[in-house]
Amino acid sequence: MTDVPPGYFLALAGLMFTIGVIGVLVRRNAIVLFMFIELMLNAVNLVFVTFARMKGNIDGQVLVFFVLVVAAAEVVVGLAIIMLIARRRASANVDDVRLLKW
Amino acid sequence: MSEWPFLDIVVFLPLAGTLLIGLIPRARVGALRIGALAVTVVTFLLSLGILMNFDTGTADFQLGTSVEWIPEWGISYITGVDGVSLWMVMLTTFLMPLSVLASWSVERRAKPYFIFLLTLETGLLGVFVSLDLFLFYVFWEASLVPMYLLIGIWGYRNRVYAAMKFFLFTLVGSLLMLVAILFLYFSFPGSPTFNYQELLGTPLSLGTQRLLFLGFFASFAVKVPLVPLHTWLPDAHTEAPTAGSVMLAAVLLKLGAYGLIRFAIPLFPDAARELVPLVMTLAIIGIVYGAAVAIVQRDMKRLIAYSSIAHLGFIVLGVFVGSIQGMSGGILQMLNHGLSTGALFMLFGALYERRHTRRIADYGGVARSAPVLAGVFLFVALSSLGLPGLNGFVGEFLVLLGTFFRYRWWVVPAAFGIILAAIYLLWAYKRVFHGPITNDANLRIPDLRPREMVMLAPILVLIAFIGVYPKPFLDRIEPSAQKVVDQLRDSSALPEAAVGDADAP
Amino acid sequence: MTTDAVLAPFIIGLPLAGAVILLLFGKRMGRVAGVIGSATVGVAFILGVISFFSLLSRPEEERAVSRHLFEWITAGSFQAGVDLLVDQLSIVMVLVVTGVGALIHVYSIGYMHGDERYPRFFAYLNLFVAFMLVLVLADNLLLLYVGWEGVGLCSYLLIGFWFERRAAANAAKKAFIVNRIGDFSFLLGILLLAFTVGSLTIGGVNSAAAGELTAGTATVAALLLFGGATGKSAQIPLYVWLPDAMEGPTPVSALIHAATMVTAGVYMVVRFSPVFEASGGTALAVVAWVGAITALWAALMACAEYDIKRVLAYSTISQLGYMFLAAGVGAYSAGMFHLVTHAFFKALMFLGAGAVMHALAGEVDMRKMGGLRKAMPVVGLTFLAGVLAISGVAPFAGFFSKDSILASAWFEDQYALWGIAVFTTLLTAFYMARLFFRVFEGDLKVPEGAHPHDAPRSMAAALVPLAVLAVIGGVINLPRLVTLEHFLEPVVGESHVPTGLTPWVLGGIALLVGIAGILIARAFYTTTAGATRRQRLQRLAPWFVTAVRNKFFVDRIYGRGIVLPGKALASFSSSVLDTKVIDGVVNGVAWLIGRGAEEGRHVQTGYVRNYAVITLLGVVVLVGILFLRIGVA
Repeated sequence: MTDVPPGYFLALAGLMFTIGVIGVLVRRNAIVLFMFIELMLNAVNLVFVTFARMKGNIDGQVLVFFVLVVAAAEVVVGLAIIMLIARRRASANVDDVRLLKW
Repeated sequence: MSEWPFLDIVVFLPLAGTLLIGLIPRARVGALRIGALAVTVVTFLLSLGILMNFDTGTADFQLGTSVEWIPEWGISYITGVDGVSLWMVMLTTFLMPLSVLASWSVERRAKPYFIFLLTLETGLLGVFVSLDLFLFYVFWEASLVPMYLLIGIWGYRNRVYAAMKFFLFTLVGSLLMLVAILFLYFSFPGSPTFNYQELLGTPLSLGTQRLLFLGFFASFAVKVPLVPLHTWLPDAHTEAPTAGSVMLAAVLLKLGAYGLIRFAIPLFPDAARELVPLVMTLAIIGIVYGAAVAIVQRDMKRLIAYSSIAHLGFIVLGVFVGSIQGMSGGILQMLNHGLSTGALFMLFGALYERRHTRRIADYGGVARSAPVLAGVFLFVALSSLGLPGLNGFVGEFLVLLGTFFRYRWWVVPAAFGIILAAIYLLWAYKRVFHGPITNDANLRIPDLRPREMVMLAPILVLIAFIGVYPKPFLDRIEPSAQKVVDQLRDSSALPEAAVGDADAP
Repeated sequence: MTTDAVLAPFIIGLPLAGAVILLLFGKRMGRVAGVIGSATVGVAFILGVISFFSLLSRPEEERAVSRHLFEWITAGSFQAGVDLLVDQLSIVMVLVVTGVGALIHVYSIGYMHGDERYPRFFAYLNLFVAFMLVLVLADNLLLLYVGWEGVGLCSYLLIGFWFERRAAANAAKKAFIVNRIGDFSFLLGILLLAFTVGSLTIGGVNSAAAGELTAGTATVAALLLFGGATGKSAQIPLYVWLPDAMEGPTPVSALIHAATMVTAGVYMVVRFSPVFEASGGTALAVVAWVGAITALWAALMACAEYDIKRVLAYSTISQLGYMFLAAGVGAYSAGMFHLVTHAFFKALMFLGAGAVMHALAGEVDMRKMGGLRKAMPVVGLTFLAGVLAISGVAPFAGFFSKDSILASAWFEDQYALWGIAVFTTLLTAFYMARLFFRVFEGDLKVPEGAHPHDAPRSMAAALVPLAVLAVIGGVINLPRLVTLEHFLEPVVGESHVPTGLTPWVLGGIALLVGIAGILIARAFYTTTAGATRRQRLQRLAPWFVTAVRNKFFVDRIYGRGIVLPGKALASFSSSVLDTKVIDGVVNGVAWLIGRGAEEGRHVQTGYVRNYAVITLLGVVVLVGILFLRIGVA
């Protein structure tokens, strides 16, 4: 297996993360937002794995597992909330849910 | 017998007593009162053991225990009393049963009321006996919460504002002290410790000392309170229920003065010495200002509150003049003020229960309908204005004497306070008790009831006793007072504030 | 231990015990309370007499015995014990206090009869006697101060005895506070002496005054002590409380505000005469001049007063002025002599005035009275004895004592003081005779509904002995016999009125002036022509009459000049400094935080995207800082 330079991985991760950020900022559908958040998380995971490989230890990989687990938990809770909101409002638009303000 | 850890039992007995109160059903108010009274009386009786086992001849800490608590951080449970704290402990245990008696009319939510009162007692006692700064801070804050609740829940109309003000003032001061404590903790050269007696030797530069002193001072000055940090006091006093006012005036205010004597001066003697003129000025301003403002109060409880500011000014003055007379007088005055102002609040509380008004103008001619109440009130007022032969005079005179010995005519404005004291107390007395009865509601004010007499009699006896024969009190105070005086004065100076030539500037 | 020293604590303890018993159980006793109250003081008087003779039986130089009871205040090197001193000076005071006191107690049994707080009255009177005895028997300045303020307290209680009356309540408060102003000065004096002398015992202070005390310190100390005396003994500028104090029951005025308490200042000056002497003239001159001016000032006001008790009050102030004048020229025994005789005749006149009030349903305005001598002969005659005594008519008691003061002033070359004092004698005789003529002479005139009757037996029982003393009291100091002067010599030093013709001439002048005063009053107040004469005289200087009638506006000046501004300043502190400035800052901080939060919460839009943007910006900023700190590699 030829060595791909770490820079490539990091660039890819940066690209994914940026897409994720822009997505979160411009889209309004809660489900889509979720997907973008997952994209960002995975970008971070990629960074972790990259560095774990670079440094030759497994700390980064361990952290990836944590991120995965937390992300899964988050999705469970988040989707449940989205489901409940969708049931009440018949929409998944986050701008409709702006009760928590001043 | 002396092996018995009286001190620690006394401190925690009231807290244990709250469990007893907890077992009594909420509706049985009578049983709750009796329970609280029993706990506090037993606490007082046990505290007599402290008094009897107290060794008069030494300035060291006595009767305490010392165990490790959180050794990793150098936190231990260390207690002990000396001549400074002895009378404060006794005052607290002595006044608490009387405060319970003064709370007889509390019907609303009596259960938590008595639980908080007992918690307060443990908190206050803990402050006076702690010899570990961490432990001290815990108790210091612990005494704040029950008082806050007592004012906020059982107070009068404006109670929430008053309770909040009390809490915030004290808390801001306390946080500065916490920072100072932590700084001191990290500055200690040996293994980290909060042990007061070990920390005494911490080498600090003058600049650091000054900052740390001010940190402690901020907390204590709020509590005392020194002008201009005093405005929480009139509100808190006025809005607090009777027992709250009594404990607030008699013991809580003393925490500030006690802290100055126990911590601020011995830990940072150089800074204390340097800042003496500042503190003395504040104290004298407090004496005159508190008394002057008291004169024009229209609300009796506010008036007594301002009189406390003036009296506490005397105490702080005595503590900081750096002579044994001033220090002993100041410490004795802490006890005296607790007795006389506590009694004043009890008496006015009794009057309030009868008439439900605090406005002086609503009274007049009460001496006719309630002669015993009026007589007792006058007696206590005379003690408060420092009539020779009663307790207030002994303390005030020693403070003035100590001030004169060291600072000559600084004493004049302070002594002027005794004129003002006569004015505000007698003027108020005249408006409440003398004159014709102009308000029909004052025609039939019942005189003191037996319960109230039982509650006041011990205080009256002590007021007269200390006035005539203060020796047993002064004897126990003096060695410890001398130690603090030595710390405050330059170590190169003579250890004793000799009268006359040796002391001339 | 000797009898006199053993008895001393009991002399104080008896009335004190009486006071405590009467306060606690008096309510159930009824009339017995008066008997108990009188008995304790009476027995104390007997003990005083025994001590006196026991003292006399000793050689002159051993007539001062001190007794240590217990330690009182001890702190560091400062020490003040409860020590009693029985010596020539204090025993004289003890005899006056208990003797006159006992008579007045007996009088009060009748006078206060029927008052609802009868037992309380005797409790207070007993307490007063106890504190007064502490004052005179104290062997150190601090204990003396206990008595000093204690009598002030009793004065407060007794002036305000009828506290339902607004005037009485106000007078009581005023008396206490004005006295406190004096006590403030007194206390500073004590502090100064405690510091410079190191001991507050009478012996210690006086021997230090004779020795190491510098003149400057002694002057300051003496003047501070004298400041206390001006309060207690009602001298300029603190005399204003005494006329108002007449709101109290009359026996109180007789006992406290004439015979005993107000003389405490004189006693104190005499007691600490070495301190006053050590100041090298200044302090004594101040004492003498304050005394003389007060004597004149008060006598002037007495001439224009219509309230019989207030006339006597001004007269008391004036006579106290004489005593200070005596002390100020170094004639301590003359001052003490006048103190004793004054106690007799002024108590007598107060009790007489009380009997008149008793008979006339409490009336005090002399314009509504007249010709009472026939209706109440005992009171009239005894009162006349008092008038003649105070006017300095020989051979009544006042003649001797006043004459010795005048002579002392003359022989100290204080001719101005002597002149003032002689003129005051004229005024004194005038206003006392005026009082007597208006009340007791002429046609019978009483307020409506009053039925004048002579004094009941218990009151007469006090009036007659006092009248006798007022007549013959002068014998205790007849020149060149075994005298008070001689008796007091070891304490106050030798007095030096020379022999020869001059003293006789001076005495003659004083006598003539006194008689002249009486005659002038007679010309004005006994005939119908007198009224027109009075009017003509008043028209000569109307402004002066107005000033005198208004008591020289002193009360108003104090009220407007000190009390009002003081109150205004206090109100300002309370309502502006405290509530606006300090609390303003506190509440202002709270308000700022509140407002800040109020505004700041608008950041919370509720849009998730807004929060995300803010988060992103935060990340960018943080990363930016990181790069800047580390530097882009």
